[in-house]
Amino acid sequence: MYSEKVMDHFTNPRNVGEISGADGIGTVGNMKCGDIMKIYLKIDDGVVSDAKFKTFGCGAAVATSSMATEMVKGMPVDDAVKITNKAVMEALDGLPPIKVHCSCLAEEAVRAALWDYSQRSHVTIDGLREPVNDIDEHQPPEE
Amino acid sequence: MSEIYFDNAATTRVRPEVAEAMRPYLDEMYGNPSSIHKRGREAKSAVETAREQVAALIGADPKEIYFTSGGTEADNWAIFGAVRANAGKGRHIITSAIEHHAVLNTVEYLVSEGLSATYLPVDKYGLVNCQAVEEAIRPDTVLISIMFANNEVGVIEPTEEIGRLARSRGVLFHTDAVQAVGALPINVRELGPDMLSISGHKIYGPKGIGALYIRKGTRVKPLLFGGVHEMKRRAGTENVPGIVGFGRACELAREELAESAEKTRRLRDLLIKEVLGRIPYAVLNGHPEKRLPGNVNISFGFVEGESILLSLDLKGIAASSGSACTSGSLDPSHVLLAMGLSHETAHGSVRMTLGKYNTEDQVRTVVDELERIIARLRKMSPLYESVEKK
Repeated sequence: MYSEKVMDHFTNPRNVGEISGADGIGTVGNMKCGDIMKIYLKIDDGVVSDAKFKTFGCGAAVATSSMATEMVKGMPVDDAVKITNKAVMEALDGLPPIKVHCSCLAEEAVRAALWDYSQRSHVTIDGLREPVNDIDEHQPPEE
Repeated sequence: MSEIYFDNAATTRVRPEVAEAMRPYLDEMYGNPSSIHKRGREAKSAVETAREQVAALIGADPKEIYFTSGGTEADNWAIFGAVRANAGKGRHIITSAIEHHAVLNTVEYLVSEGLSATYLPVDKYGLVNCQAVEEAIRPDTVLISIMFANNEVGVIEPTEEIGRLARSRGVLFHTDAVQAVGALPINVRELGPDMLSISGHKIYGPKGIGALYIRKGTRVKPLLFGGVHEMKRRAGTENVPGIVGFGRACELAREELAESAEKTRRLRDLLIKEVLGRIPYAVLNGHPEKRLPGNVNISFGFVEGESILLSLDLKGIAASSGSACTSGSLDPSHVLLAMGLSHETAHGSVRMTLGKYNTEDQVRTVVDELERIIARLRKMSPLYESVEKK
């Protein structure tokens, strides 16, 4: 059902935890679909210097949070904002169709944390829109 | 790593005695029971012996047992068959919100064709209220279909009372007893359903075989048309090896029922007690007493079911969950939601179903692993933060 990479990130998730004094925190998901992701970002000079997450959800939800935080670490915020669910999925060697939703949540969680940062620090990030914090099954998966 | 199989409600391992009984019918005894020659006659005789074995397990007459491809076909047949045979009387059916999908989706299909249906609610334990059944009966009600025991939470419904009620009001009563047969003593004479569904692979028999008990004199239209098999009511060349295995499984189940139910119930109670005693924020779903001997269904707060199952699987432990992520949709179990559980609690449910091959050592191993797994997942859960900080 899951790729080896997904199982690896599920059994040994990277970046689990919180960042005290985070510059941006984003929480997305809802209890109806059973996935909630919270991503913490530390940002120094416009670069994501650290990322952590906490996730309530299935194996794919944990793996996509883990992978998304790995991907944004060290990235300038202008690049981090461009991370798509598709890129997260590809990095995990794919997800079963019903789990594509989890990768959308991971993308949205990163954006929500960046949005929080931009609001708090009065920074404008190109291409950043206000996040949808309640992605549910009615949200069509993004290509 | 040894394997621990706690998913006996999904399916069971074929018993060696059953496989042994089936073997000749996969080999030299390959006859078609409809044939007149020796090979045909021996196959026919094997099918009739199995019919007696199945009938004996539920106290029926062998002529009331019709072999099907499994529990799903039996449920489909009972519902389609009763509705079509009683089209002159009406088009209303009563069922419950917690039925297996083999019943629910059949009813839903008939609703799309114009049938009207009442889905009875259940209480927090999953129990259907008999008075609600009575109040739902209309002059045009043709069938009541309520399961004997639920596959997810193991609750045992008041089948006898519902049967009595249905009979007194002249309405047909079908019960899906797939989870109950072999686990609980069942006598259709005392219980009085008009139809009862059974499955082979839940009782250490093979997959692809089951039966529908149809009480003598009950009018039910066929589901499958063709040859004159199964007393002209269910066409199709008999699955002889499956039927033989199913028959043997029923015979063994009848001989060992009391003893194995007692052993399983003891393991079940130990598992429940240990999990609830050692893991905080764990609640038992279903009824504490009116419960199948092998069923344990527990919700763990702040964590999600599929994550628990994956973690258990990595330790060689097989279980299942009412979480959305294992159902092929994003909604958690319809049974848990109908019992009034919140989405969060439903998503955090794990079902462990015990059977004859499970041991006390396995129960203790599973509890140890669960304790570690739940702690690890909670550490990762954003919902657990507020609890930790208290």
